[in-house]
Amino acid sequence: MVSFLKFESLKKEFGNFVAVSDMSLGVERGEFISLLGPSGCGKTTTLQMVAGLLTPTSGRIMLDGKDITNTAPNKRGLGIVFQSYALFPHMTATENVAFGLEMRGVGKADRLARANAALEQVRLAQFAERYPKDMSGGQRQRVALARALVIEPPVLLLDEPLSNLDAKLREEMRIELRLLQQDIGVTTILVTHDQEEALSMSDRIVVMQRGEVSQIAAPLDLYERPTNTFVSDFVGKTNLLSGHVSAPNKVSVNGTAIDVDTASAGVGSQVTLSVRPEKLRLSDDATSQEVRIDAAIFLGSSWLYRVTGEMGELFITQPNTGSAGYSNGDIAHLSWPAGSITLFEDAVS
Amino acid sequence: MSAASPRTTPYLLTAPGVLFFVALLGFPMVMTFVLSLHSYDFNTGIQSDWTLANYADVLGDSYFHKIFGRTFGLGLLVTLICVLIGVPEAYVLSRLSSGWRSVFLLVVLGPLLISVVVRTLGWALFFGGNGILTMTAQALGFGDEPVSLMFTFAGMTIALVHVLVPFMVISVWASLQKIDPQSEDAGLSLGASKFTVLRRITLPQAMPGILSGSIIVFALTASAFATPAIIGGRRMKVVATAAYDEYLSTLNWPLGATIAVLLLLANIVIILSFNKVIEQRYAKVFE
Ligand SMILES: Nc1ncnc2c1ncn2[C@@H]1O[C@H](COP(=O)(O)OP(=O)(O)OP(=O)(O)O)[C@@H](O)[C@H]1O
Ligand SMILES: [Mg+2]
Repeated sequence: MVSFLKFESLKKEFGNFVAVSDMSLGVERGEFISLLGPSGCGKTTTLQMVAGLLTPTSGRIMLDGKDITNTAPNKRGLGIVFQSYALFPHMTATENVAFGLEMRGVGKADRLARANAALEQVRLAQFAERYPKDMSGGQRQRVALARALVIEPPVLLLDEPLSNLDAKLREEMRIELRLLQQDIGVTTILVTHDQEEALSMSDRIVVMQRGEVSQIAAPLDLYERPTNTFVSDFVGKTNLLSGHVSAPNKVSVNGTAIDVDTASAGVGSQVTLSVRPEKLRLSDDATSQEVRIDAAIFLGSSWLYRVTGEMGELFITQPNTGSAGYSNGDIAHLSWPAGSITLFEDAVS
Repeated sequence: MSAASPRTTPYLLTAPGVLFFVALLGFPMVMTFVLSLHSYDFNTGIQSDWTLANYADVLGDSYFHKIFGRTFGLGLLVTLICVLIGVPEAYVLSRLSSGWRSVFLLVVLGPLLISVVVRTLGWALFFGGNGILTMTAQALGFGDEPVSLMFTFAGMTIALVHVLVPFMVISVWASLQKIDPQSEDAGLSLGASKFTVLRRITLPQAMPGILSGSIIVFALTASAFATPAIIGGRRMKVVATAAYDEYLSTLNWPLGATIAVLLLLANIVIILSFNKVIEQRYAKVFE
């Protein structure tokens, strides 16, 4: 099956600097894809190439079977929400939203009606006559969204649309945006450096690192089965432990033997183990290895502990069950369910 | 140190500047105004009476009407041409790579580095009856008549535009700098052509700069002296040169003062009302 939107070996160089190298990706109709990666990894560059605001050095972009690599941005008809929202400051919310319709030759009465309907959809009906400067960040963000959606684009491109909002609003908007996207069924590409945002909103996540795709997977897969240390460290929090394979299915970390599926890694090879803080358990069961609590931080819904034991320093989160947790200097016992540890054959990056 | 109350601190801090202005600007202006209220006699000079006769003279004399009309016509025309030249110039400037931009910014601002008098004398050489303009016209076969723009309205306009265009460019450029380049990309992505983006997205956002540039250019034209004096001369008087002539040729200082005061008033009225229009139009939109 041919994907709705397809990148074929997309590459972008600025002078000698390779911002995006050899990116290939197929996006299905109605899918929500996130481009996730640290600052400067080429997310915006990728998005701008899809938008037509940057020309790829090489590679192709196919939309619905047509090659749009060299199509002018104003002929692509994609909806874009820019990082700074890029609202037109000299136009009211309605005028902003109606602009794209006007460019499509929609008559005045019709386009005003549709613009107002779009504003209603993002729950901004009462702000229709406001200028951007008199609106809050969240309201501007929603105007930008309405402006991009009202033209009924085949693809919606979002460049860190939530990064300027405060934490609470950001969480609300995540849900709202995702529901709206599912409602309309628009194919969406979201650029973000916030792993929580990517995990909570996407059908699939593309993790990028220095211009290259590191892993493409659904959120749960990405979190549970990262394929390299970069992804396991960048997506969610993790403890990375260096060790070597001491025997089949045994890895030695600081002299402690740990049971783990060593798969193809040969005896004697250097490996990295990754274990999520929430997979580790602290208990008073004296049969397992002993650790000392170095720091105990209360986070509301959970406790975060930093502990030291035979394996070195580890971070552990435990759900808050209502009783007092461990305190500094306490001795506890460490355990984890089988299969919680992932092994990577690459070194910590 | 004695603690000044927070209310007086701003006054204390601005006091040196205020004194400076009062002494060097306010005081001479008051003196000029006082002077305009005295009458003048050709035999005995300035009288010590108080009268509005000078104002009645100027306001009732068609000779002065013509000069005032010419001055403000010149102001409007120079402003218009500066907009037509300066706005595209600033736009191109804002699109250049930073290296070329500094080079061209220097070229644009270059005229400001040369004294107005020197620059205007240059124009005089260019415009004069046996100047470069004439020689070029003759070489191109436009007849043997000398082509002179000296003492013409057109000559004054050209020379003033040359002097004042940089002010327009700087003012427009400053407001172009403030535009979020992504708002132009947004326009494109919504299906607008490049020209439509320029007309509907970029220009309206540069409007405050165009309008404030216009105020500067208009005010400087209406009160310009050196260029009209050299290029316009006696035949093409503007208000500033007329006031000068009253002072120095006729020696009728009170009448000269009256003309100066009226020019100032007219300028203030025009600029304030223009400013008010801008504020009403754009305060809602731009902070
Ligand atoms: N016009 C340009 N000229 C030269 N280098 C550029 C240009 N645009 C981007 N780059 C470089 O390309 C790399 C990728 O930039 P990009 O804007 O795509 O990063 P990003 O992943 O969006 O980062 P952020 O999360 O900070 O927005 C960066 O190192 C940047 O410096
Ligand atoms: Mg970016």
